[in-house]
Amino acid sequence: MKELFILAVVTVFTLLTYYLVEPFAHSQMHKHFESEGFTYKDLPALTKKGDATRGKDLVMGAGACVGCHGIEVAGLPAPMDPVTAAQSYGVNPPDLSNAGAVYDAKFLANLIKNPAHALMVEHKFDPAKGKMHPMPQFYGAGGDIDQEIVDMVAYLQSIAPKPEELSADQAFETACGRCHAIHYEYNLDGELHPAWTQIGEKPAFKKKQDELKFESNVLDYQDALTKYMGTLPPDLSMYIRSRGEHYIKTFVENPQNYLKGTAMPRVGVNAEAAEKIIEHLENVGDSKRHKREEVGKNVMMYIFIFAIFAILWKKEVWRDLH
Amino acid sequence: MAHFTKATSLHDWLNQRLAIDTLRRVLATEYWIPKNINFLWAMGMVLAITFAFLLVSGIFLLMYYQPNVDLAFDSVNYTIMQEVGYGWLWRHVHGVAASVVFLVIYIHMFTGIYYGSYKNGREMIWLSGMLLFVAFSAEAFSGYMLPWGQMSYWAGMVITNLFSMGGLHMDGLVEWIRGDYVPGQAFLNRFFMLHVLLIPLAILGLIGLHFGALRIPHVNNQDGEEIDFDAEAKKYLAGDKANSKVIRFMNDFMSKDMMVVGIYLIFFFYLVFYHYDFAMDPVNFDPANGLKTPTHIYPEWYFLWSYEILRPFSTNVGLIAFAFAQVIFFLLPFLDRSPNAIPASRRGLFKYWFWAMLIDMIILTAMGKVPPAGLFSAIGFYAALTFIGLWIILPFVTKFEKKV
Repeated sequence: MKELFILAVVTVFTLLTYYLVEPFAHSQMHKHFESEGFTYKDLPALTKKGDATRGKDLVMGAGACVGCHGIEVAGLPAPMDPVTAAQSYGVNPPDLSNAGAVYDAKFLANLIKNPAHALMVEHKFDPAKGKMHPMPQFYGAGGDIDQEIVDMVAYLQSIAPKPEELSADQAFETACGRCHAIHYEYNLDGELHPAWTQIGEKPAFKKKQDELKFESNVLDYQDALTKYMGTLPPDLSMYIRSRGEHYIKTFVENPQNYLKGTAMPRVGVNAEAAEKIIEHLENVGDSKRHKREEVGKNVMMYIFIFAIFAILWKKEVWRDLH
Repeated sequence: MAHFTKATSLHDWLNQRLAIDTLRRVLATEYWIPKNINFLWAMGMVLAITFAFLLVSGIFLLMYYQPNVDLAFDSVNYTIMQEVGYGWLWRHVHGVAASVVFLVIYIHMFTGIYYGSYKNGREMIWLSGMLLFVAFSAEAFSGYMLPWGQMSYWAGMVITNLFSMGGLHMDGLVEWIRGDYVPGQAFLNRFFMLHVLLIPLAILGLIGLHFGALRIPHVNNQDGEEIDFDAEAKKYLAGDKANSKVIRFMNDFMSKDMMVVGIYLIFFFYLVFYHYDFAMDPVNFDPANGLKTPTHIYPEWYFLWSYEILRPFSTNVGLIAFAFAQVIFFLLPFLDRSPNAIPASRRGLFKYWFWAMLIDMIILTAMGKVPPAGLFSAIGFYAALTFIGLWIILPFVTKFEKKV
């Protein structure tokens, strides 16, 4: 009984110290935000129902989207290569093939209407000061502007893969990959995926010259991006361990929460895409998590059995000693 | 030369050459340990096992780690954590064991303080133990540099800055230690050498000294009772095991040790697989960047109490207080003026001194991590004063203690 009492004293002091230096200290050091479930409550809700056919005409025509954006699934390649695009706009405008699956519909509609507002970068792009966001606002094609916008969103959704078809790396590439690199290759289901740069996957090169040309393009892109953002957005290879799921999700949902005045836009992903992005970051930065759980279970089982045998051995040895 | 006969067995062959029977008797079967002990007496074995985990996992990590400022971070976080089979396991074992070993060291130290196991002939046990504590601290700090993450870099910066010695302005000393103006390649290389060679050698030597120091004064017991080990051993060997106050190291003591180790390992591996963030700070998963200071820089939890003795004072006073905190535990056997080597609960005022010291160090630990502002600053300041005050009054508290 005395030993149990001593054990209780040791345990209480250990847990108290743990509580103070971990949960308590971190609650004092870091701001905490709860996720709003990627609902973007500050943006007005959509009241109209979109029509994809009309939307297609707008996207291809009066909406002027394809002047800057490629839509590969519709057979429209990007009008410029990534480096030239970044040098023109600051960042390469995304291909819209997956936009309808990755971004929240309400967010997309608000983005088309007023990009700087939806992206939460009005502190950086203020038309009154002559600083325009590189994506122009859509002022309407002559009809009901709200109807026109939901039509365009409906079209983007109609060409996008279904949520369950969107892969983790597609979600990452569409939402994050034009600013953030991941320089770690990763293995998924036995397949090796190359490192990711802001201008795309890093291919395997046969000739050193080709590799150097590619690297040079990446550096040119990064220079343009750095000028546009103020700093080069970080490589996300280990972000799942350095920031964790909760921080990444709540940061992506509203970057201004944690970093007031940051140039990082609110990217407006929907909840499913956010999960996919986390999954991708786990695939890259915590690729052995399943193995860890599996091995952990076996080791714990083995140690339990070891402890039982150790206790039985002690009992046997000490039978004569008492 | 000794006379050798034709061996009758492998055992006999070895025995003639290595005296393995004598060794076994002296080191195991007739190495006598008091019977009146509780599980806290197993912390030595728990530490030995944890150190073995550190050593073995460290050897595996060493096969892939690259001590180069451009490669170190990725060799740890990519090569070891993701490419090498079970590399992640070795790293988690190494990282968690490095933290847990200090928890057990602190339990081991406070057990020694509580039961008075540092005096009346046991001074060398205490002193060699304190040297081990210093060596483990240096090992932990140098190891923390190696992943070359943000916390490695900035903790290295802050701690080596201490060597400018405040008002003494020994600026050249800091550069000499770093081999550069800021932590860089030379810095990483030398800390790598310290971590994988020099300090482990020192630790192995000190462990030998620590074990050797136990031999003559013997292990203390739960009531501080003075035991006639020869008489009690005779009783045991005569077959009266139940009434003898001593037990064999092997298997009697060992079986109890292994029971505690078994239960400890459940706790340890739970941390390794399911709760490792406390030992592997997320901030250190950002690569070192000398142009980007992290918002909060703090040492690992086991250094926080002494860090907080440094922090609340002005530079010079803080450094003196910090130096005081580093050496004062060494002096415990000499500052304790009471002849009683018994549990604190039976030692009058010392009982209150013990619990006050323990709680004060926990408060210092907590305040060492939170941002030093407002109320936390004040609490840290008074806790640091209390720490110094407790050591100053210790000789007086113990001087007037009644002999029990």
